[in-house]
Amino acid sequence: MIFTHLGKYILLLQASFKKPEKFKVYWSEIMREMVSIGIGSLGIVCIISVFIGAVSTVQTAFQLVSNLIPRSIIGGITRDSAILEFSPTITSLVLAGRVGSSIASQIGTMRVTEQIDALEIMGVNAPGYLILPKIIGGVTMFPLLIILSVCLSLFGGYIAGSASGAVSPNDFIIGLTTDFNPLFARIALIKALVFAFIITSVSAYQGYYTSGGALEVGQASTRGVVMSCIIILCADYLIAQLML
Amino acid sequence: MIEIKDINKTFGDKHVLKGISAVFNQGMSNLIIGGSGSGKTTLLKCIVGLHEPEKGEVLYSNENFTKMDFEQRIPIRKEIGMLFQNSALFDSMTVEENIIFPLNLFTEMSISEKRDRANYCLEKVNLKNTNKLFPSELSGGMKKRVGIARAITMQPKYLFCDEPNSGLDPKTSIVIDELIKDITDENNITTVVVTHDMNSVMRIGDNILFLHEGQKWWQGSNKEIAHTDNPELNSFVFASKFMEAAKEKL
Ligand SMILES: Nc1ncnc2c1ncn2[C@@H]1O[C@H](COP(=O)(O)OP(=O)(O)OP(=O)(O)O)[C@@H](O)[C@H]1O
Ligand SMILES: [Mg+2]
Repeated sequence: MIFTHLGKYILLLQASFKKPEKFKVYWSEIMREMVSIGIGSLGIVCIISVFIGAVSTVQTAFQLVSNLIPRSIIGGITRDSAILEFSPTITSLVLAGRVGSSIASQIGTMRVTEQIDALEIMGVNAPGYLILPKIIGGVTMFPLLIILSVCLSLFGGYIAGSASGAVSPNDFIIGLTTDFNPLFARIALIKALVFAFIITSVSAYQGYYTSGGALEVGQASTRGVVMSCIIILCADYLIAQLML
Repeated sequence: MIEIKDINKTFGDKHVLKGISAVFNQGMSNLIIGGSGSGKTTLLKCIVGLHEPEKGEVLYSNENFTKMDFEQRIPIRKEIGMLFQNSALFDSMTVEENIIFPLNLFTEMSISEKRDRANYCLEKVNLKNTNKLFPSELSGGMKKRVGIARAITMQPKYLFCDEPNSGLDPKTSIVIDELIKDITDENNITTVVVTHDMNSVMRIGDNILFLHEGQKWWQGSNKEIAHTDNPELNSFVFASKFMEAAKEKL
C-alpha cells in the first residue's frame, strides 16, 4: 500500500522533471507560483513569526529565574531556537496548510473537470507543466520566507522582552550577537528547502491522483496537508539527527 | 483515417465497451450515437488515449497508437483537437488564453499572429468580443463553443467532439454542425463526433456508429438510418414525435 503510493509518487516526480516543451511558458508559470507562494504567504508568516519570538522569549525568561545566569542568555536561546526549529518547522507546518491545500485542490479540481486530460490531449506533459513550476516556486520562496521569519521572531522577542521587562533590550542584543553558530543557519535553510519540496510535491501528488468530484477534491486537499505535515516532522527529525 | 479494432474497456467489474471495431474515414463526419451511458465518451477517450483499453488497438493512419508510449504519442497528439463533454476549459485562463495556449507551447508565432488566430477561431464559433472573459463568466453553451475554438486552433488532422451541441439553442446548434462539416471538408480531416442529437445526425452523419450497451449495434449513413429493422436503433431514432412524424418523408 505505502509502497504503491511511493512508487506512483516517484514516477510522478520523474515525469515532472522532464525537459519542458517551451521554457518561456514554464517561466511565466514559475513566476506566477513564486508570487502566489511567496507574496501570498507574507502575511501569515509575519504574524506567526512575531508571536513565536515573543512567546519563546517570555517563556525562556520565565524558566531562567536564577541570578547565576546572565539575562543575555535569553536572547541567545531565543535566537537559536528560532533559527533551528521554530521558524523553519512551525512556519512550514502552517504553510503546509496554506500552500499545500491550495496546490492539492487546484490540481485536484483540474483533474476532476478533465482539464488535465485536455492538457494531455494537446501533447503537453501535464505533470511537468502543473507540478514543476510549483516545486520550483516553493523551493525558491521558502528559504526567503524562513529568513524573514527568523528576523521577525527575533524582533518579536526583542519587543516582548522589553515590554514585559523580562530582559532589557541591551541584554537581548548582547545575547543575540554572542556565540552565533553558522551551522544553525545552514540547517535552517536546508530545512526550508526540504520542507518546501515536501509540501509542494506531496500535495501535488494528492491532487494529481484525485478522481471523482468536489468531495474527493476536498479529501485530497486534506490528505495533502496531513501527509505533508507528517513527512515534514519526520524529515525534521532526520535533519536534526544527521546534521547536529 | 482512424481504425479501431476490438476495443474492450472495463471499470472495475463493469464491462463498458465490449469489443468494438470500426473505421473512421478521412474527410467525413463520423458520428458515434447511442443512449446515455452506452459508452460513447468512454470509446472516444479510448481512441484518444485518455483511457487505456484492456484489449484492442487504435490505429491513426495505420500507425499503432495503442502500442506507443507518451513520447511517441506526442506527434499524433499535436494533430488531435478535442472538445470535452463538459468543455474542460482552463479556468485560470481567459477565453483568449485558452485558445492561444497550444500555440504558446508548440509554435513560434508572434503575439499578434496568435491573437489573430484566436479571433479567427472565435469568429468561427460565433463568439466575438469574449476574449477577455473567464470561463466562469460564460454560459454552458458558450463554454462548448470556446472548447470547439480551442480544439481547432492547431488546425488538427483529427477532430473529436463529445456532444458539441448539447446545451445549445437550435440555431447555434446548426451553426456548430455546419462548422464541423466545413472544417472536415475544407481540410479533409477525420472528424469523430459523439452526439445524441438526431438533428445533427440527419444533417452531418456521413458515417454513423450506433452503440448499445457497449456494443456496436449498427453502422451506416444518415440516408440509411431511418430505414433499418434494428429495433433498438429505431427506438433511439424515433424517440421523438417529430422524428416519428417525419418518418415517411425520410
Ligand atoms: N471513470 C469511470 N469509472 C467508472 N465507471 C465509469 C467511468 N467512466 C464511465 N463509466 C461508466 O461507463 C458507462 C459509460 O459511460 P460513458 O460516459 O461512456 O457514457 P456516454 O455514452 O458518454 O453517456 P452520455 O451520453 O450520458 O454522456 C457508464 O455506465 C458509466 O457508469
Ligand atoms: Mg458522454
